[in-house]
Amino acid sequence: MPATDIAIVGFAQSPSLRDANPSEVQLLVPVVTQAIEMAGINRREIGFTCAGSCDYLTGGPFAFVSNLEAAGAWPPISESHVEADGAWAMYEAWMRLQEGDIDIALAFGSGKSSPSNPAEVWAQQLDPYYLAPLGVDPISLAGIQARALLDSGKATEEDFAKVVVNSRRNAAANPNAQLKDADTTVEALLAEPYFRTPLRKHDCPPISDGAVAVVMARGDKARELCSRPAWIRGMDHRIEAHQPGVRDLTSSPSTALAARKAGYDGGPLDVVELSGTFSPQELILLDALGLSLDGDTKVNPSGGALAGNPIMAVGLVRIVEAAARIIDGSANRVLAHATGGPLLQQNLVCLMEGE
Amino acid sequence: MCSDFRVSEPRVTETKLEFPYSRTLGPVVGAFLAGLREGKLYGIRGKDGRVLTPPLEYDPETGESLGTDLVPVGPEGTVVAWTWVDQPSPKHPLTHPFSFALVKPDGADTPLVSPVDAGSSDRMSTGMKVRPRFNPEPHGLITDLTWEPVA
Repeated sequence: MPATDIAIVGFAQSPSLRDANPSEVQLLVPVVTQAIEMAGINRREIGFTCAGSCDYLTGGPFAFVSNLEAAGAWPPISESHVEADGAWAMYEAWMRLQEGDIDIALAFGSGKSSPSNPAEVWAQQLDPYYLAPLGVDPISLAGIQARALLDSGKATEEDFAKVVVNSRRNAAANPNAQLKDADTTVEALLAEPYFRTPLRKHDCPPISDGAVAVVMARGDKARELCSRPAWIRGMDHRIEAHQPGVRDLTSSPSTALAARKAGYDGGPLDVVELSGTFSPQELILLDALGLSLDGDTKVNPSGGALAGNPIMAVGLVRIVEAAARIIDGSANRVLAHATGGPLLQQNLVCLMEGE
Repeated sequence: MCSDFRVSEPRVTETKLEFPYSRTLGPVVGAFLAGLREGKLYGIRGKDGRVLTPPLEYDPETGESLGTDLVPVGPEGTVVAWTWVDQPSPKHPLTHPFSFALVKPDGADTPLVSPVDAGSSDRMSTGMKVRPRFNPEPHGLITDLTWEPVA
């Protein structure tokens, strides 16, 4: 059993921006600094650092190395990198804390989608023989998934629009959100033309630049640094088959399994933050967790990934947003989700509680 | 002494994103793509007995090797799910509006992601029958296969 006395004690994020002027490392420097300041620690107290980013976005091999400037790598530090969302960097740092020989770890995630064409870049993550040569982009794949969901009878286009309304309205109160509209309605959204049938443009995430960081600490160190730490009760990630044709695109068994393994027993949650980057995916994730938009659990109070999608940061942003609700005392039990790969192929769940 | 770090002109670095390696595709993927040259479609039997198309080297559920015995499928297929691309990108397989779809060839149990050249989204529907159109000048790539509506 992994230790359950590790908590988030500091965090920070940049706003999601369509086209941030600073470089990726310049986005990260203030974010990492703010997270460390919030935790009230000295940089030298950090026993392990892990970063998540994607060299394909930057367009150069080992581009991630320069991001280390934000952590300060001299004198030498113990660090690692994942070519994945910052949520997976946090997972590695959380695993490292389980060893018990260090008390504090730092994780961050960052990505700038604006310099490239994400639709073309992300086709490169697919099977190089059967999928990548087709240039099949995330929006087209999500369109296929949306059609499958409609045909299954599990959801309607109105349900897609309800997800977007929830996102836009919640995002109106989030200073870091990119797309927000407190007055949007289902009727207005359904009047919009199709972008990639049956998806409309608002069913898809914006192109975003952004960065996020968390500081985690163990046991009494966490209590010392934070009056109300967000205790990580469990974290787990699960992977499904890669080829879209061999799995049921209308369900997410890997999310359900990861949630169970993270300790989620179906009991009450105050807040859930999901990385459903397309509106139908949010419905699939809610279904996998046994939740709904109309239930007692607040769904994506930050606006979620539809309101800002800084790839490689967006999943860790979800964890930070959920942790923030515990630290500010407005929630006691929260669940956050991150995803990777095409069409929710990989899913990570983090369950957190107050004390 | 190197004291002046000002740069009068913006520095531009051009990088080309590529995977500059070639490899042989082996008896499963290679055989499938070679089949496209001859106008033939193949699947492979998974450990649960399903015929998987496109053929995979390893079972998607158990990870076990599936061998090299391919199963002929098609020639026609059924659209299982689809989306419509109004404005194709330069990376897409067709230059005019088309559908990206999951197409399940006759005799197969799983669909493959493929373009359907239907002319208009009005001609697209789940369950519609499609027939393959093979590139007369094949490149040995998955892009040698396009589908079009039957009738």
